[in-house]
Amino acid sequence: MRANATQTTDAPIPARRRFLAALWLGLGGVALLELIWVAASFVRPRRRRAAPDALRALVVAGPVARFAPGSVTAFREGRFYLVRLDDGGFLALHRQCTHLGCTVPWIAEEQRFACPCHGSAFDVRGDVLNPPAPRALDLFPVRIENGVVKVDTSAPVRRASFDPAQVART
Amino acid sequence: MPESRHLGESDSLAARVWRSIFRGPVLPRSDRERKWIVFNTLLLHLRPVRVPASTLRYTHTFGLGGMSLTLALLLMGTGALLMFAYEPSPAGAHASIAGLEADVSFGRLVRSVHHWSANLIVVVIALHMLRVFLTGAFRGLRQFNWIVGLALLACVLTSNFTGYLLPWDQRSYWAVTIVTGMLEYVPALGGWLQRAVRGGAEIGTPTLIVFYALHTTLVPVALVGLMALHFWRVRKAGGVVRPDPPSGSAAAHTEHVLFLPHLLVREVAVALALVACVLVAAMLFPAALGEPANPGMSPNPAKAPWYFMGFQELLLHFDPVFAVLVMPLAGLAGLLMLPYLRCGAAPQGRWFLSARGRRTALAAALLGLVATPVWIALDERAAHAGPWLSGVPKVLSTGVLPFAILLGALAGFAAILKRRHGAATAEAIQAVFVLLAVAFAILTLTGVWFRGEGMALTWPWGL
Repeated sequence: MRANATQTTDAPIPARRRFLAALWLGLGGVALLELIWVAASFVRPRRRRAAPDALRALVVAGPVARFAPGSVTAFREGRFYLVRLDDGGFLALHRQCTHLGCTVPWIAEEQRFACPCHGSAFDVRGDVLNPPAPRALDLFPVRIENGVVKVDTSAPVRRASFDPAQVART
Repeated sequence: MPESRHLGESDSLAARVWRSIFRGPVLPRSDRERKWIVFNTLLLHLRPVRVPASTLRYTHTFGLGGMSLTLALLLMGTGALLMFAYEPSPAGAHASIAGLEADVSFGRLVRSVHHWSANLIVVVIALHMLRVFLTGAFRGLRQFNWIVGLALLACVLTSNFTGYLLPWDQRSYWAVTIVTGMLEYVPALGGWLQRAVRGGAEIGTPTLIVFYALHTTLVPVALVGLMALHFWRVRKAGGVVRPDPPSGSAAAHTEHVLFLPHLLVREVAVALALVACVLVAAMLFPAALGEPANPGMSPNPAKAPWYFMGFQELLLHFDPVFAVLVMPLAGLAGLLMLPYLRCGAAPQGRWFLSARGRRTALAAALLGLVATPVWIALDERAAHAGPWLSGVPKVLSTGVLPFAILLGALAGFAAILKRRHGAATAEAIQAVFVLLAVAFAILTLTGVWFRGEGMALTWPWGL
């Protein structure tokens, strides 16, 4: 294909050439978008396979009688505290501080959860006693079946503050 | 500067942002604008503004260098993505790749593209090396660039080999075992060398960490640096080797064309076609993942990666010190010396140097094509017959002696070409190179396709 040599040609470009060039550019843009889409899909967090997770998530805490009213029991594998209120109802509190995610210890002498990271404090029902926490401790659904307390730790439930409807009763 | 206007403060924000990024035209509409773009764009200014029209022909270089770059970029892109999923520990590696293929969107595709690009790049750079040699593009100004090219070859082979271990399946584990096992045959240094490469006495976590670091960081950095040097030296030598004008028209006017669009369009076309082929191959033939590595059970046979099978085949015929050290080093020394051999006036740019060069190269190729399988078969038969020269130590009977015979045969072949057929020195060297290249290719093919259980010669359909 004999092509233009060193002389510059400023002749107007034919319409078909402009059309084809525009077509290539358009297709190139589509290809680039596809590439970005593939890369983005690739690095997305993977789809969780439902069954095994659900089995692992259910923690059998124990028979109702094991937990005295007014007690707070820590469950390390489930990452929650099982609180039995004075009136006998159960709450499962996620141990993660609602400020930035630190693990909150239960201070029995003070009867409160006190986060070491930035000073947030929560009462026995998870309500905020001290900022900077923006909301009460998350809950895990509690089921009481045949006198046995079971906690579903697959998905924590957010709430602004305590509500009597959140308490699980026998 | 075409179309440049002062950045007026009264222009719209969009116009001022655009002008600050694109200082000139983006879509050129005249040759003057094209030249400006090539000169003033970061990626394009690495290329020349004009190229000789005679170098545009596809069959001049077959675009192999550009293909190598395309494959290298594909490898780095897919490799970067794979790093998000891969776990570099013996306990987690295999499962992370299985998980990648099962759970990650496009995981299998990205991995297969990586696999195919890796295998293809070895073939492409071997062909590129052959093309550069046959067009004499390693003489004169291009001598050192041949050496840089050899360094690039070493980097690619290192990258392929280190990547081979990462899936940690039976095939990879034992392939790396035997190839690093070959290192022990190096006299005196062998043990130290093997422990250095393996990161210990056995293949384990340190090995994987060393290989992973090499594969994902050290070799890619070296590759980018060496590629930059390689392309720079090509540019400084005046671009791709020019097909020599026939003598007599020494003052012939070499016609030049603009890089943009003529060469760029051709390069992009080849690159896109190559990427399309790799994608199709990746979709039709996904990369395999074998059983997780089991150090307690070696497979039968245990083979090196295909690009090292030539050496493993040599091991079956020669004494280990010769197959692993002497002969590869001799080959390497030959390759390093090649640009510096004195062979008179050898024209650059013409394939096979001349009509006689073409004939002698063809003869050498045919000779290699016939002699190598015959010799392999005879040697196999002889091995079954029992050790020969039984009184003599093996390093002499299967090492020094056959190697000396081989060198003598090559020298004799070159001498015959020069004296009986009047070949020039450069043509004789070319013939020897072609002969050895064909022989090594046959050794590789034999090792990959014709060796079955117990490394016995079998027909490929039996495998």
